[in-house]
Amino acid sequence: MKKLLITLLAMVPVLAFAAGPSIPLDSANNDLADKESLKRGFKSYINYCLGCHELQYQRYNRTFADLGISDEEGAAEWMYTGEKVGDHIKNTMPAKEAAKWFGAAPPDLTLEARFRSPDWIYTYLRSFYVDEARPFGVNNKVFKDVGMPHVLQNLQGIRTMDENGVLSPASGGTMTEQEYDAFVRDLTNFLEYVGEPNKLERKNLGKWVIGFLFILFILSYFLKKEYWRDVH
Amino acid sequence: MNNFLAWIEQRLPVMEAMNKHVVQYPAPKNFNFWYFFGSLAMLVLVNQILTGIWLTMNYEPSGDGAFASIEYIMRDVDYGWLLRYMHSTGASAFFVVVYLHMFRGLMYGSYQKPRELLWIFGMLIFLVLMAEAFMGYLLPWGNMSYWGAQVIISLFGAIPVVGEDLATWIKGDYVISGATLNRFFALHVIALPLVLVILVFLHILALHEVGSNNPEGTSIKKPKGSVKPEEISKFKYHKQYSEKYDIVDAIPFHPYYTVKDIMGVAGFLILFCWVMFFAPEGGGYFLEAPNFTPANGLKTPEHIAPVWYFGPFYTILRVIPDKLIGMIMMFAAIGVLFALPWFDRGTVKSVRYRSKWHLLNLTQFAICFIVLGILGTMPASDTANLIGVIASFGYFGFFVAIWFYSKNENTKPVPERIIK
Repeated sequence: MKKLLITLLAMVPVLAFAAGPSIPLDSANNDLADKESLKRGFKSYINYCLGCHELQYQRYNRTFADLGISDEEGAAEWMYTGEKVGDHIKNTMPAKEAAKWFGAAPPDLTLEARFRSPDWIYTYLRSFYVDEARPFGVNNKVFKDVGMPHVLQNLQGIRTMDENGVLSPASGGTMTEQEYDAFVRDLTNFLEYVGEPNKLERKNLGKWVIGFLFILFILSYFLKKEYWRDVH
Repeated sequence: MNNFLAWIEQRLPVMEAMNKHVVQYPAPKNFNFWYFFGSLAMLVLVNQILTGIWLTMNYEPSGDGAFASIEYIMRDVDYGWLLRYMHSTGASAFFVVVYLHMFRGLMYGSYQKPRELLWIFGMLIFLVLMAEAFMGYLLPWGNMSYWGAQVIISLFGAIPVVGEDLATWIKGDYVISGATLNRFFALHVIALPLVLVILVFLHILALHEVGSNNPEGTSIKKPKGSVKPEEISKFKYHKQYSEKYDIVDAIPFHPYYTVKDIMGVAGFLILFCWVMFFAPEGGGYFLEAPNFTPANGLKTPEHIAPVWYFGPFYTILRVIPDKLIGMIMMFAAIGVLFALPWFDRGTVKSVRYRSKWHLLNLTQFAICFIVLGILGTMPASDTANLIGVIASFGYFGFFVAIWFYSKNENTKPVPERIIK
């Protein structure tokens, strides 16, 4: 019991943090069927995210197959550190060290879109602002006091927040606001895909199954009616 | 071929059993919509067992491997995602059909004499089903799995003297760990399903011994010789039924109810598959968002909620400030259902012919049950607590009230025969 109590007490800061106010999320409006968007998102993920965030449940060749990339092309263009195409998408960052650097180890993001929702990711990546009180000089409106630095700052630029909690337009980045939103949308799209790679297949199969069941239902209704004619 | 069948029949009466329980089993001819849910519960049970077997082939019951093995099933196993969603959607569907099946029993008095034992077997099935669902919920080893189990198992700690030791004994460790996961896995895939199947078998045997009730609550078995020959049901029934009684207003289960149940199955599957293919998370109620992160003993989900089907009982637990009394009341909420055949002292079965009071009581019970269920999935607050207390009173009040008014109830005359 003591052990449990200590654990529970140790969690108080986590709990306090978790109960923060929720802010309205922007709609990502991403499209899982848009393979070009998924490819761009995959590329951005490898370039900007994979260094810290693994996709440890997803394999390279599964991603290639779903995105319409051949294994050869994929190995040449998308894999940088000599993995095999059947490997899971991992990095080499030591989790224990990372926890020291950032306050918490950067989480695996395979299921982030299912845990948080695509809209959350889309809004989160567009909500960093200057906060000198934080170790990396930035804070986030959606995820208060997050340990993550604004790794996309050279693209978006940086924003400031006024006392009413309104963010200023970003300045100093290489992308316009529209370009950056599109960039994040592609990334969000990719993360939604990776959260459930079979999502499109599931919905497509579902239409056929339900169609079949409707026919079965109608036929079984008439079969029942026919049999029951002699029941009074 | 016929010789071969006869050879078998002499050694094991298969056809005899088929006739007795299916082809020549007399069922009242007036089953309505509510009578689909028994066969649907069987369908879901079979679904859970079959998909469960195939999931087990790729699932890894260990603290280190469980979460990853689920994602392995979702990504690398052919149609693994389908098996997993069939199983997870099936779990919720099981409770939907079982709750409706139980409510059918309440409405038409199917628990009353002579069906008390049938009702008790049904309640045992419900109890085992809840244990089965609770243990299965830990297996994905997500963070909600972990903390849900933590909350419920820690309840046992509230029992005086032995509580702490009991909770440790259940967990097999001082905290919920791989050891807990392994024993829950063993119970979930072997022990409880076995018990469940045996109980279902007994439930059906007990049903066929006393015969099915029906929405009118009137018997289709009349004393031998009390019915005019032309009034007796013209179908052929097994001699076990027809030699003892004059059977009226009945039809053989097969083919009449088999074809009707096929229609029910098709209709049910449309809804089931719609959820499974287009909304497998069930709006976050069938698969909860925090369960997409692995179990973490240092990080609680924002709001720990039980799965929706435990909601009513969880609310009763939660609205009572004292943990031990709360736990007792939670189990009492299930216990009173077991005793329902003795709380209800009436002889008229169907709500159609019982008093206005009974209709009112039954309605308030259903509303309270749903309200308790909704509250169980919501974060606690003062308002929610107050409503929860009121609904808990309504829940237990049903049993108290029925005991009082059922003795001398102002009922309507029950027709001798099924006309509707």
